[in-house]
Amino acid sequence: MSSEDDSSQSHSKSKKPKYSRFTQQELPSCKPILTPGLVIGILLCFAIVFIPIGLITFTATENVVELVDRYDEDCIPLKSPHNSENERAGFIRDAGTNKTCVRTLIIPKKMKPPIYVYYQLDNFYQNHRRYVKSRSDHQLRYASHVSETKTCEPEATTNDNQPIVPCGLIAWSLFNDTYRFSRNDTSLEINKKDIAWHSERTKKFSSQVYPKNFQSGSLIGGGKLDEKIPLSEQEDLIVWMRTAALPTFRKLYGRIETDLEANDQITVVIQNNYNTYSFSGKKKLVISTASWIGGKNDFLGKMYMAVGGTSLLLAIIFTVLYLLKPRPLGGPTYLSWNRNRAAVRES
Amino acid sequence: MTSQQRPLLIPSPRTPGKEELPYTPVLGDSLIPVSSYPKPSSGMDSNSQIEINENPHQVPGFIRNSSSQRSISSIQSKTSSGHSVREVNFSETSMKTVRHGSRGADSGGLSTSYKEISDEDARLVYVNDPGRTNEKFEFTGNSIRTSKYSVLTFLPRNLFEQFHRIAYIYFLVIAILNQLPQLAVFGREASVMPLAFVLFVTAIKDAYEDYRRHRSDKIENNRLAWVFQDDKFQQKKWKDIRVGEMIKVSGNETLPCDMVLLSTSDTTGVAYVQTTNLDGESNLKTRYAKQETQTKNPEKERITGLIKCEKPNRNIYGFQANMDIDGKRISLGPSNVILRGCELKNTEWAIGVAVYAGRETKAMLNNSGAPSKRSRLESHMNREIIFLSIFLVTLCTIVCICHGVWLRRHKDELDLMQFYRKKDYSEPEVENYEYYGWGMEIFFVFLMSVIVFQVMIPISLYISMELVRVDYSNGKASTDDLQAEYSVQADGMVLRPKMKVKVDPELLNLSRRKHTDEGRHIHDFFVALAACNTIVPLTIDTSDPSVKLIEYQGESPDEQALVYAAASYGFMLIERTSGHIVIEIQGEKQRFNVLGLHEFDSDRKRMSVILGCPDKTVKVFVKGADTSMFGVIDKSSNMNIVKATEAHLHSYSSKGLRTLVIGMRELSASEFEQWQSSYESASTALMGRAALLRKVANNIENHLNILGASGIEDKLQDGVPEAIESLRMAGIKVWVLTGDKQETAISIGYSSKLLTSKMTQIVINNNSKESCRKSLEDALLLCKKLTTVSHATHGGSTAEVSLALIIDGTSLVYILDTELEEQLFELASKCAVVLCCRVAPLQKAGIVALIKNRTEDMTLAIGDGANDVSMIQKADVGIGISGQEGRQAVMASDFAMGQFRFLVPLLLVHGHWNYQRMSYMILYNFYRNAVFVLVLFWYVLFTGFTLTTAITDWSTVLYSVIYTSLPTIVVGILDKDLSRTTLLKYPQLYGSGQRQESYNSKLFWVMILDTLWQSIAAFFVPLFAYWESDVDGSSIGDLWTLAVVIMVNIHLAMDVFRWYWITHAAIWGSIIATFICIMIIDAIPVLPGYWAFFEIADTKLFWVCLLGITVGALLPHFVVKAIVQYYTPNDLQIAREAEKFQNQRVLRHSQIEMNPIFDPPRT
Repeated sequence: MSSEDDSSQSHSKSKKPKYSRFTQQELPSCKPILTPGLVIGILLCFAIVFIPIGLITFTATENVVELVDRYDEDCIPLKSPHNSENERAGFIRDAGTNKTCVRTLIIPKKMKPPIYVYYQLDNFYQNHRRYVKSRSDHQLRYASHVSETKTCEPEATTNDNQPIVPCGLIAWSLFNDTYRFSRNDTSLEINKKDIAWHSERTKKFSSQVYPKNFQSGSLIGGGKLDEKIPLSEQEDLIVWMRTAALPTFRKLYGRIETDLEANDQITVVIQNNYNTYSFSGKKKLVISTASWIGGKNDFLGKMYMAVGGTSLLLAIIFTVLYLLKPRPLGGPTYLSWNRNRAAVRES
Repeated sequence: MTSQQRPLLIPSPRTPGKEELPYTPVLGDSLIPVSSYPKPSSGMDSNSQIEINENPHQVPGFIRNSSSQRSISSIQSKTSSGHSVREVNFSETSMKTVRHGSRGADSGGLSTSYKEISDEDARLVYVNDPGRTNEKFEFTGNSIRTSKYSVLTFLPRNLFEQFHRIAYIYFLVIAILNQLPQLAVFGREASVMPLAFVLFVTAIKDAYEDYRRHRSDKIENNRLAWVFQDDKFQQKKWKDIRVGEMIKVSGNETLPCDMVLLSTSDTTGVAYVQTTNLDGESNLKTRYAKQETQTKNPEKERITGLIKCEKPNRNIYGFQANMDIDGKRISLGPSNVILRGCELKNTEWAIGVAVYAGRETKAMLNNSGAPSKRSRLESHMNREIIFLSIFLVTLCTIVCICHGVWLRRHKDELDLMQFYRKKDYSEPEVENYEYYGWGMEIFFVFLMSVIVFQVMIPISLYISMELVRVDYSNGKASTDDLQAEYSVQADGMVLRPKMKVKVDPELLNLSRRKHTDEGRHIHDFFVALAACNTIVPLTIDTSDPSVKLIEYQGESPDEQALVYAAASYGFMLIERTSGHIVIEIQGEKQRFNVLGLHEFDSDRKRMSVILGCPDKTVKVFVKGADTSMFGVIDKSSNMNIVKATEAHLHSYSSKGLRTLVIGMRELSASEFEQWQSSYESASTALMGRAALLRKVANNIENHLNILGASGIEDKLQDGVPEAIESLRMAGIKVWVLTGDKQETAISIGYSSKLLTSKMTQIVINNNSKESCRKSLEDALLLCKKLTTVSHATHGGSTAEVSLALIIDGTSLVYILDTELEEQLFELASKCAVVLCCRVAPLQKAGIVALIKNRTEDMTLAIGDGANDVSMIQKADVGIGISGQEGRQAVMASDFAMGQFRFLVPLLLVHGHWNYQRMSYMILYNFYRNAVFVLVLFWYVLFTGFTLTTAITDWSTVLYSVIYTSLPTIVVGILDKDLSRTTLLKYPQLYGSGQRQESYNSKLFWVMILDTLWQSIAAFFVPLFAYWESDVDGSSIGDLWTLAVVIMVNIHLAMDVFRWYWITHAAIWGSIIATFICIMIIDAIPVLPGYWAFFEIADTKLFWVCLLGITVGALLPHFVVKAIVQYYTPNDLQIAREAEKFQNQRVLRHSQIEMNPIFDPPRT
């Protein structure tokens, strides 16, 4: 009874609401309608845009040279299939064993710098809920928040309750295989500078925070950190801590900044430290050039061509249909009640 | 209980001449209150044209002016003594006690009249002694608070009220679940955000509204009134008025509280009040002070007394009390109280005792909303919501089962796995870290997935629907379903409330010839018209001081019409007090003493007034329904007149006029004295006053000379036939329920084009169940026969078998609520038109229920009178017409309008738009949320089923709040598929709603398929494009968010019919807002996704993906839409095209070809 409320004040006032084009719903408007011409036009537009983009993308990715070498199986000395995972894990966990492993790669095509060196992990759920949550962004950013490790369980503090810096499962599981490249016995330099995002090095990881108590527990999850270098310069850590979206992922290891010629023989000396054996993960070394659209992945190119092609096809079909069976737009004879009447009349 | 109350709710007396409820006797005792219903059904009240019929040439010499001269003086002395003129007048009671003070309490008949109010139920008010009154019970003071909250109580109360909505509870449960550490899927802030947002917005809105109420309360509370204190009337603020105080109110002032009248400026204790604020009726109501108190002047003598009245209740038409004063006990009724909010009119002052104050006043107690109805769309939607819940549970189950399997398969690895690390080595004792066993983990994952996928249930939909509805409702309407299939209407609203009197010059001339028999006859006839009523003339000043207008205020429009008619023949009612009336007859003022008045009641169906005429005769004038009048007419004397009148009456009613018969008799002195004594004793009787008065009336109302008959035409309101035609073309079945006589109803049916001459009429008019059964069976047979005949002639088209069913209330008594209902329904649904006449109010509701219970169809009831209230409330959509019959129909309705024809735009235009918008909105909301949830779901499959979201918490939460909500609301409010002109031109377009073209399960499933495709496109394109790359979760999450938001908004853009700048702003603005929000979120360094958007947006791959997703995902929708629109266009589509391209052509064609849209096919 809203009228009761204001009636006391508004005897004289008219109840008529104030006129406005908004409340009367009389705003100026336009009413697009999908005419055959419009539909065909739009479809043709799609075709015209998508097919070229698809072709460009496709060729660009085709020109990317990429080498993938899975080494986790081969870099285990105990190769026979009888070895259980436990034994392999035991090998990798044993600090005393020699984990050096040498791989030889042949460059299939000429590669121009920048040549990216990635490590690829398969079946490693860096997006696992327990894992993703186990970090403390405050600790990484502010020196004063070093003891803020509550979110880092179960890698928050040492046994004597000292905060671990950087804490959390993510940092704890830092990837620690190393690669040394050489070509024809001359070593190839890998540039490991600027592999992490600039924004993260400057804003997210503090130059005042130094690693502390890291990997000091009884269970070692991965790499160790030099306690003298601030977090902002621990680029491998920064790269690692930007958790991957998918269980199969690559992380940038470094860049080779010289040309690699076809059939060059590259020798990679791998320190096979990282334990993927306990959960049947895979480790791969990837050397790849990049195009404007990224790495060697032709999916987008194909998709664009497919979408463009479909649009073109549909445009043609529409045109044919339109020519064969046109319908005058807005013809009143098509209204159902007129159609019914026509039917009645015919009968 | 309603039947007990309902009579009280209906104050407006009907014109004499209305038929009694036909079925009353059958109902038996339990329903007796209904039988005393004053308003015998029918709605046609507003009248415009009056035909006065008289038989000037047949006036017999009936004037036998016998001996009453001597008695006149005595009568006059009596009247002037002031006693009981009021009391005198009244004859039988019907409910319309409004008039007579002394009868208030017994108005309900014996059942209620002398019921003692038991002490527990009573409130004791010591007159003029507020201290004592409030001693024992502190009655509420007169300060009112329509505001709900104070500063302190705002937060708790507002929250409490808000959480009454189920949607909020859902939000709350989800938010609480998320606070459990094991289930914390979202950040704490993010999870509370949606709830907090909604609560906040609503709270702001409530706070603002409440602030306004506070302000108006303050103004109201600080108004001043004259209150009796320290032996004189002093000004006092309204809020300080206490129960028991005496208050003096001057003319045109608003009453501060509910009070019992003690005395008024009128010597007879009459006060007039206008109740516009209370019930919206603008006519004056008469209230009476009791004779016992009328003479007292509080400033001279101290008044003490005790009023024992009911506890406060919200019935504004009921009041029961006793007053002990000067050792006498008098009963008080509704006509003795004046209520807060009313205005005192035409009365210099009135003094009353406050009995209810503040929030206990009837006005305040009535301050609450009507129960809401649910639209079919909404209940439909609930079905889909159940489906979505099942879908949600399925998703969650899949996730948790997969998670269980995953845990099992990696059982041995979990302890040390880098990304799982079941064991916590940080403590000396190695324990499990956040691992509660296999079963519990699965359970937790289930709950977590409910949290993550919460948007699946489009709770926000309810909120936006509420918002959208505000647009239509203006605070009153509670239902948005204007898709009526049946429109049941009371007829009243069809009629136009305007007076136009057709003056017959011949009659006018005759009436001036005073000294012939004819002249005298006519003179008496018009005096009867002018006097025999309860109309109050009001003098209104005009801008020209020498010209004054007289306005006739009265509760019955028919009476008004008759008085206007008399006035136009020169018999102008100028003044009416309870003791006399002044009629200006041909320019000469004549004073008639009102010696007694027997009010109209539904048993007698007539009213009479006993007048002491200026020529010292005493006459009784009677006016009543023809049936009741012919029984009391002295047939012996002038058969000719009676016959002629009967013939006239017949012709009137078949023309659709409402008829009244007027009669008169002169009373001899002895007769008069006899009457007077019995009348006095009857009207002062304590027991059974009503019955006694009725008996007195019956005794005097006989052997009447017939004066003539009047016919009142109910002129149809503008545009009624067109409106009805439109409605029927729109596929709405129009049923008319009226209280009028069959002939009247049928003639109105014809004039409103409801009935046409091509229709076959089936009339059911029976007096017993058996005959009803038989006629129903016959009718069904006939129906079948006609259908088969038309089959034969029309070759399969069942279209135009026009059957009209006409059934009367008496038959309905035997049919409704019995097994015959089924047959009636079967028959009625075969008929194009159903016309029910002489229907009682409850039967109207029964008929609505007949349809409602048997079909899924929507019913719409439209009516204007109090007798339509039950029907309006019963129907899915109730519409009240605010007409002359008061506002009760309006107050009970979901929508209110001024004229019947407005129903057409309401249904055809607004109903159509509303349906289109609502149905699209529901579908779109499902789609919008489902797409998002599915994208989240697909990702979960790649995270070891652990409910990680690549899309940030904040985006998940903002998705339905910022990213996509505004366009939905804007389109839901503004989109119009067709223009008003087109919709009105082709009422058939309304059928799309009835056929549920815009929302049905087929569309729903197509939408689900589309949703699946779009979610797959949005999710898997980036997935494959970034497969085996170094992309991080936050970056690809941003891509997914943007992809979904753009896709969803463009999907909406593709379906928008009409683009306003607001639509543009909302849709493109939302997309831009999403970009901005994501930028802001990604600029917060302590979030894991810091700077992700800027990094990924720096790559071309991102933009190529975005474009690819948008086009690839929407291409099927676009193509299917184009094909469907072009090759299988529905009517709406054609009309839309016509509107855009071929307006001219269609117009030209429609002249020739399209016009006979509703004509039967010419074979």
